[in-house]
Amino acid sequence: MNLDLILGILQIVLIATTPLVFAGIGELVTEKSGVLNLGVEGMMLVGAVSAFIILVITGSYFLAFFVSILSGIIMSGLFAFLVLFLMSNQIATGLALTIFGIGLSSMLGKQYIGTPIDGLSPWFFVIFSFLIVFLVSYFFYKTKAGLILRAVGESHNSAHALGYSVIKIRFLSIIFGGSMCALAGSYISICYAPMWQEGMTAGRGWIALALVVFATWKPERVLIGAYIFGGVTILQMNLQALGLRFPGQFFSMAPYVATIIVLVLISSNKLRIKLSAPASLTIPFYKGR
Amino acid sequence: MNSLFPSIASRSQSSGLMNFFVPIISIVLTLITGSIIFVLLGFDPVYALYTFFISPISSTYGISELFVKATPLALIAIGLSYCFKNNIYNIGAEGQLTMGAIFGGGIGILFHDTNAFWLLPLMIFAGAIGGALWGLIPAILKTKFNTNEILTSLMLVYVALFILDYLVVGPWKDPFGYSFPKSRPFSESGRMPLLFDGLRVHFGLIITLFLIFISWFIFSKTIFGFQLKVSGYSPKAARYAGFNQTTLVFFAFAICGAFAGIAGLAEVSGPIGLLYRDISPNYGFTAIIVAFLGRLHPIGIIFASLVIALTYLGAEDAQLFLQIPSAVGFIFQGLVLFYLLGAELLINYKLTYKKLL
Repeated sequence: MNLDLILGILQIVLIATTPLVFAGIGELVTEKSGVLNLGVEGMMLVGAVSAFIILVITGSYFLAFFVSILSGIIMSGLFAFLVLFLMSNQIATGLALTIFGIGLSSMLGKQYIGTPIDGLSPWFFVIFSFLIVFLVSYFFYKTKAGLILRAVGESHNSAHALGYSVIKIRFLSIIFGGSMCALAGSYISICYAPMWQEGMTAGRGWIALALVVFATWKPERVLIGAYIFGGVTILQMNLQALGLRFPGQFFSMAPYVATIIVLVLISSNKLRIKLSAPASLTIPFYKGR
Repeated sequence: MNSLFPSIASRSQSSGLMNFFVPIISIVLTLITGSIIFVLLGFDPVYALYTFFISPISSTYGISELFVKATPLALIAIGLSYCFKNNIYNIGAEGQLTMGAIFGGGIGILFHDTNAFWLLPLMIFAGAIGGALWGLIPAILKTKFNTNEILTSLMLVYVALFILDYLVVGPWKDPFGYSFPKSRPFSESGRMPLLFDGLRVHFGLIITLFLIFISWFIFSKTIFGFQLKVSGYSPKAARYAGFNQTTLVFFAFAICGAFAGIAGLAEVSGPIGLLYRDISPNYGFTAIIVAFLGRLHPIGIIFASLVIALTYLGAEDAQLFLQIPSAVGFIFQGLVLFYLLGAELLINYKLTYKKLL
């Protein structure tokens, strides 16, 4: 193997993995505050289609990403309103968000299927994805605000008793998660593909959810996990391109199987799950109790 | 003077009246929101809603199609209520459906040139076993290793879908299929009998109604149903009463998986007749909406499955007559679940106005 080939593959892996990092780190922040949002795939799709449409209409990359992130804020804001203020079930609300997002993105994007655009170079976002992981890590473990966010995720009643606004902190965490998912989506439709197609995120939202568990809720491990998952996917494509007759489906299911194994490993030991999963995950907060 | 904004207080018992009205309120709100969306898209809302919700079922064929779509939804939803009643979040019914289709369909492919009365019952049985086994994985992980079932059941969906994909492009590919990713067709006796000539509604409907009836009996007349309900309301009370939570989790997952598996087999041996990639338009996930909309009650689930089945049919008609992508049906499904979950507040909490003076 020559150096060029290795560098080429490395480039492809970097470009393909970036959306997983964005969506994964966004969902990680949401989950750290004690909220599980299963709407990642839906928010990514709406983010992808809104960026694409705005780019086609205005030609401005800045506006495209701006509106896309705005769409992520609106979508996750809707989720936040339901789970925080109406105390709805997080699992079902997240699924509703994904189902709604699949429908909405298909409807909005219908007339844009096959519209050609000039793709944007991905490298800024690749670098930004590394940066954001380290920023989130710094925020969590070196700042007071990060400590409060984690406290809300661990025990919302204690955080509330100390005078912190559980609802406000969770709201902001959900919004951050939504904008990161939308960014991941817009990266796919504008830098990675670049085009719009129904359901084009192709299950990356679910992989991002798996990733957070795989990373045992640690920011740096999201990065590592994303590159393992992304690398495996690219490896599989290359092996098939080389004509190797290996069923690629077993590579594709690897992230999901790996996540189940990690879940079992961390949960079989009571102490270890205490150290990883936020203790208040999926439990709604209700002041009157 | 009372404060302007209500505050919420939890009810000691969920409101029965609201339990009945909330699904209806959410359907009405969904229709209103839907017509606003249609107006924004530049359609006459009356014509659009007519195309979506009335015209698909204004013929005998349409009504038959409604039952074809409602069959798997109702069957999976009633299975899910075994889990949801016990606060077990099995969201992997799509995977259990797929595994049922693989097991039952596998028998169908094995005996593709056999015509015998025992073939279909064997396929149904295998489908139930496949779904139940797939459902038991999260159950074992939950009871043995304390692993949260939400994520494991969800992850197993994708594992099952990739296994199906592998089978239909690999070992089970139709040797005469011009390398399309599909299996051999099942033999005539491996197909669900049609209930009426010329209509696609099939025997799966009868199986579904039968299993819904059995479930109604189990929920309301047996100790097992009572135990499910009690441990859902209060795990502590259930433990105090000596109910075996492990057994309950196993049974809930196994039954739900088996029902989803039968639903999957009924799809492939009913309207489809062979195995291929896209055997289910998200029935396993949509059934979660049906279960919620039907308030986990057998009669409620029957009505809810018809309503949600209509969103599938309406979406197909909307694509034909309004040139809207059929995925628009998902918007209605998402909306109805949003409203339902939001309005659920009215069931479990009451709005009170605090006295200011």
